[in-house]
Amino acid sequence: MADTIVQGGNENSTEQNNTDQKSTAHHHQPPKGIMRWILTTNHKDIGTLYLCFSFLMFLVGGGMAMVIRAELYQPGLQIIEPGFFNQMTTVHGLIMVFGAVMPAFTGLANWLIPMMIGAPDMALPRMNNWSFWILPMAFAILLSSLFMEGGGPNFGWTFYAPLSTTYSPDSTALFVFAIHIMGISSILGAINVIVTIINMRAPGMTYMKMPLFVWTWLITAFLLIAVMPVLAATVTMVLTDKYFGTSFFEAAGGGDPVLFQHIFWFFGHPEVYIMILPSFGIISAIIPTFSRKKLFGYSSMVYATASIAVLSFTVWAHHMFTTGMPLTAELFFMYCTMLISVPTGVKVFNWVATMWRGSMTFETPMLFAIAFIVLFTIGGFSGLMLAITPADFQYHDTYFVVAHFHYVLVTGAIFSIMAASYYWVPKWTGHMYDERLGKLHFWCSLISVNVLFFPMHFLGLAGMPRRVPDYALQFADFNQLVSIGGFAFGLSQLIFLVVMIKCVRGGTKAPAKPWEGAEGLEWDLPSPAPYHSHTTPPVIK
Amino acid sequence: MSRSLAQKNKKLMVKLGSVIVLMFGFGFALVPLYDVFCQVTGLNGRTVVKSDLPSQLTDQSRTVRLEFMTSVAPGMPWRFKPLVKYVDVHPGENKVVKFSAINLASTRIIGQAIPSVSPGLAANYLNKTECFCFNQQPLNPGEQVEMGLVFFISPDIPQHINTMTLSYSLFNVTDQAANML
Repeated sequence: MADTIVQGGNENSTEQNNTDQKSTAHHHQPPKGIMRWILTTNHKDIGTLYLCFSFLMFLVGGGMAMVIRAELYQPGLQIIEPGFFNQMTTVHGLIMVFGAVMPAFTGLANWLIPMMIGAPDMALPRMNNWSFWILPMAFAILLSSLFMEGGGPNFGWTFYAPLSTTYSPDSTALFVFAIHIMGISSILGAINVIVTIINMRAPGMTYMKMPLFVWTWLITAFLLIAVMPVLAATVTMVLTDKYFGTSFFEAAGGGDPVLFQHIFWFFGHPEVYIMILPSFGIISAIIPTFSRKKLFGYSSMVYATASIAVLSFTVWAHHMFTTGMPLTAELFFMYCTMLISVPTGVKVFNWVATMWRGSMTFETPMLFAIAFIVLFTIGGFSGLMLAITPADFQYHDTYFVVAHFHYVLVTGAIFSIMAASYYWVPKWTGHMYDERLGKLHFWCSLISVNVLFFPMHFLGLAGMPRRVPDYALQFADFNQLVSIGGFAFGLSQLIFLVVMIKCVRGGTKAPAKPWEGAEGLEWDLPSPAPYHSHTTPPVIK
Repeated sequence: MSRSLAQKNKKLMVKLGSVIVLMFGFGFALVPLYDVFCQVTGLNGRTVVKSDLPSQLTDQSRTVRLEFMTSVAPGMPWRFKPLVKYVDVHPGENKVVKFSAINLASTRIIGQAIPSVSPGLAANYLNKTECFCFNQQPLNPGEQVEMGLVFFISPDIPQHINTMTLSYSLFNVTDQAANML
């Protein structure tokens, strides 16, 4: 076994291990230095790249959020022009969705799926390299458009026509190409995940024995290949409408701007579940570990995930209740939307039932996981309120919507990614993270994130519209509070950066299974995990 | 990785790739599907019925008010107005309404009016035997024109629809029209 335990996931150990391995080399060796990362086809290296890149994008997108909150600290225009404000909200959304959350999940999938199903690597390693490396290019294009004459995209991340066609800046073509490349990247990633899970499972790893993270990612990957091409089609239509005189969304030429919203949300709603289903898998791994109990209702979790995925295709028009739909359609989409809360409720119930009478301990991953359950459920409830058609006419395009989707995305998706990072980082680096700092990060994040997003509910109910650089005076106090929460939350994430850097550089040696109650094949591998996982298929009990 | 596994992987990859191509096509197929869906259901208020024959039957027992609205695309130097704000008609009664348009620019401009009916479900009951919106309207600099609309409302219009609004948006299609020639 000695020759398989040679390569750590971090750069420090690379050099000494390389010399070790030369004598027994039967795997091709990674080149040293930067070329290792550019040429790598190793699922762990690529996972690391994805995770680092997504954190970088999280900071960039977060920086834009800070600009937005600084401008909204007071009513009136102080710091930036309204046009630039619009570019900030747009690019913040695009970066957080396509640059932070989605690549973070792909990174986790790369690191964990082969280890969890007993495979040596991802099925299509060369493609894996490409799917990562086109991503920095896409964001370089997107971010560069901010410096073009006329500015970057300013039409909201949803790029509704005619804002993105008739009234968009000249740099819109760059936005379109950036989205195309991001889409190709996540499609390639999704193909890789599906092929790996279907073809590379160790003997005995039946579908109903797969860890839920693998299950949720398999379903997510199918959602990705179903809807990312539709997004590609949408941006292509925007491109030709703007530059080549077609009239997909232009009434004068027989098109219809409402059509844009239908096509966009046909992609957009499943996209919402793409950003949350892997979280469900993560939480389903962490809660049993720290409750020291088996997950309650494994198979119902699988079926719930699948039904959420199917239902996600039947609810898109709940984003469009105010476009003048007929009553029947509004009722249909309202009921379908509410129906989704049933499988989601099954999941929340199962997590709580798993914790029930468990011998729980509260390490950082568990704290984030519990916060996820509580706060994601709050986001789910505000989602139910928005699903009520007549109520939605009141809430539509207000800060209530902003509060809702930040609860499900920040305290949902992002918190689960944080939980996953703390939970698996001993396996990645071979070191335990600093528990004290981890807890500090958690409590700072938890308090600040609620100061940041909870008052937004009330702002929205009181009628403050979203995507505005200025607002009426009566919203001033709450906005100040929200901004303070925002700055605190932004700064708290630097603690996370410190914890992770410290953990990569050293710390207490992590055993193969650092968590007493953990289950799964990844814990059979030594920490840090060897460069090639399971070179001989493990035995599944 | 063994050869057979690599082949199996490639096969699955190609299958998934074809799903992606299919879904990309589906994105575009949504455009005609949307139009067909709107036509069949009468949603969206765009499917005003073009009728070859005038109406034969008139339901004298009730009246429906048809209101008119006009708007001109931003930047298009035309004035475009209905001569009356609304008409009250019996279902089945044939009616003529005039709209006036004037080109305030110093160049020749071709306009195209796009109708929309609200409430959307009423659109299927509005029959037009003649409408300026069926054709493009060229106007020379300063030229003024009166454009006619001949319509009737189907006698089978549901009882609860007593008022409907017909709105015309006027667009500048000079460039597109030039391209077509």
